[in-house]
Amino acid sequence: MNDAGQAAGGRPGMMLADARALCPAIQTAPADPAGDLAFLEKLALWSQRWGPWSALDPPDGVLVDISAAAHLFGGEARLLADVEAAFGRRKLAVRTAIAPTAGAAWALAHFGPLRAILCPQDNALQRLSSLPVAALRLDEDVITVLRRLGLKHLGNLSGVVTGLADRSEAAARDALHRRFRNRKSPAANPLVRLDQLLGKVPEPLLPVVPQETPLVQRRLMEPIRHRTLLDTVIGDLAVEMARELEGRGEGARRLEIGLWRVDGEVLVRKLELAAATREAAHITRLFTTKLDDIDAGFGIETVRLRASWAEPLALAQGDIDAAAERHGTSLNACIDRLTVRLGEKAVRRPVPHASHLPERAQRWQPPLELEPASQGVLEFQQRPLKLFDKPEEIAVLYASPDGFPRRFRWRGDVHEVARVEGPERIAPEWWRARSTTRLRDYYRIEDETGRRYWIYRHGLADDGRGGAPQWYLHGLCA
Amino acid sequence: MPNFVSSAGVDALSGFPGPSRPKGGGAVRLDAAELAALSKTREARWRPQLADQPLHSEVFADTGNASGAGLALALARDALKVAAQHHDPLAEAEDRLQVLWVQDARAIRRGGRVYYHGLPPELRHRLIHVEAKTPEDALFALEEGLRCRDLACVIGEIVGNPRTLDFTASRRLSLAAEQHGVPLWLVRLEAQPDLSSARMRWRVEAAPSATPRWNADAPGMPSWKAELFRARSYAPGEWILSNDNGRLQARRPHASTAANTQGSAAQNSGDLVRPTFGRSLAASARA
Repeated sequence: MNDAGQAAGGRPGMMLADARALCPAIQTAPADPAGDLAFLEKLALWSQRWGPWSALDPPDGVLVDISAAAHLFGGEARLLADVEAAFGRRKLAVRTAIAPTAGAAWALAHFGPLRAILCPQDNALQRLSSLPVAALRLDEDVITVLRRLGLKHLGNLSGVVTGLADRSEAAARDALHRRFRNRKSPAANPLVRLDQLLGKVPEPLLPVVPQETPLVQRRLMEPIRHRTLLDTVIGDLAVEMARELEGRGEGARRLEIGLWRVDGEVLVRKLELAAATREAAHITRLFTTKLDDIDAGFGIETVRLRASWAEPLALAQGDIDAAAERHGTSLNACIDRLTVRLGEKAVRRPVPHASHLPERAQRWQPPLELEPASQGVLEFQQRPLKLFDKPEEIAVLYASPDGFPRRFRWRGDVHEVARVEGPERIAPEWWRARSTTRLRDYYRIEDETGRRYWIYRHGLADDGRGGAPQWYLHGLCA
Repeated sequence: MPNFVSSAGVDALSGFPGPSRPKGGGAVRLDAAELAALSKTREARWRPQLADQPLHSEVFADTGNASGAGLALALARDALKVAAQHHDPLAEAEDRLQVLWVQDARAIRRGGRVYYHGLPPELRHRLIHVEAKTPEDALFALEEGLRCRDLACVIGEIVGNPRTLDFTASRRLSLAAEQHGVPLWLVRLEAQPDLSSARMRWRVEAAPSATPRWNADAPGMPSWKAELFRARSYAPGEWILSNDNGRLQARRPHASTAANTQGSAAQNSGDLVRPTFGRSLAASARA
């Protein structure tokens, strides 16, 4: 029904005979929902000229994500003008709007002013308060309910939802909550829709060009129950997956293997790789260690391997000669094998961290990540080669409370201090620590046989933050 | 007496002032005279910056101090420096290669964890640390590291004499190291020197450090009293090793009076321990 038809008195749902009676010159065409949908899909693809990502909004809408793309068209207003001109050239009537959320854009396009632009810094509720509740993309019966409740505009709902003003509105919100308590679908629940409109809850959209993940599977004629057969199948799948990935120019970062058992159980094992790879032997080897606790039950009938995360990986020259085979695994493969057997936390790289406390000055991160930028360290501070996770308490004999240590007992042995350097005073981080945290005076010491330690006195005798200071051994110098 | 030396052995030998060897692959046949000359050079003393670095060494130390890890690190830096001198310009730059440091849980609890700011500056940015719960896991990690072509070296720390670390396991480590050319220094903390196939075995304890120039009361450059008690191609001996700005220095113990005289380096090769003459054949035919 176009504008001219509506002006002549036609309404959707009217009988054709009635319409002809109202306006004898009316033109009709048979409905073609499937054709419309196909056309809309093509239109959504074509609309990706304004943004990298678009989704269908049946029956007659297209959502385009123009994040960080508007400047290519000279701003949002000119982008909308460009959209209207392009649709006009294709003889299509269009209403456009730009908003931070898909819900708000939909509301503005359907019920707002022409070429409306809602900026992220605008107050969305205020701008949208004059729109009817139908702008929330609700089902027909919900709109009827709201109209009967007297909630006609979004402005009526806004106070209810945000609970701004007084007790009566809070009570109204509770009543609305209770009324739509059982409505889980967003289209049936105005509160969910309003949150989506304001961007308070995420709204998943299906993109028109879906991301396909590489997937290979084997349906087995005979269910397998033995490990050797399963290993063979996984080896075959890995080879197939490697071929699939090679065709796409990608390498897998995360792989999932699913084993469908005859009795209806599905076993899934995941594998994360340190770097993109498509080496079938490597994948097989990693999975064989993962499958040790598999219970095959009455047998496994389907095995499926999926690369749920793949990254571009250029085609590389294979090893030219057999000599390269002797050179062993690459670093990525080595780290994969270590993490699969020992766990994520076991294989790490120490990196510096901006802190003057010794134990906070180093952090651990996965071995192949880039080291974060950091300030250079001061070379005159000598640090021990090894640090204890928890400083060990020692008993120290000293000449005066804040003088050098003379002798100490650690793990049952008495060490005579032969040489000492210090103290290096390391104060607590006052912006993080509590006010009663004590400072530390570090000493580098060497005992009579040459063993070198890093010990500290925790606090001062008269700092009023506890009793007599304790001594701790924190690290071993090389 | 026919004897065969693999091509890797020949490359290693070429750093010696011994008889010149034809380069290239294939087996090399040594005649008796050459063999005698070779065995003579092979009975030489160990010294720092040797071209023929062993690929599997063990360092026996106590957990109460870091001298074991310190000596292993010093030896590793020495070996990496030598490798950088004999550097193949086509190979990947040595100083980009990573270093794997494996500690088992008891070693971390008894001896502490590696500390970033205490590491030598050239190794800080390329250290990968593995925390293994059991000695079995530690051995697995060591072997995987040795099979990796992108590692400069592997350093391990294992406490005690676990049952899994028997001769077979150490032989596996030796073979993996020699097949792939990745050197391993295994620090054995509080362990008895049992059967092992390590090419060099050290026993180390801390030694009083040299007096620093500016503050005589402060601890100086770390030094260790290291005893080489079993080596495949060197006579055993005992040295005071110290690390002076990344350079491994060795001097004989009880030789502090002779240390200031010129030419003491030549005297340092005077023997305190009887050299082992009976092992020359086995030592030189390092297959």
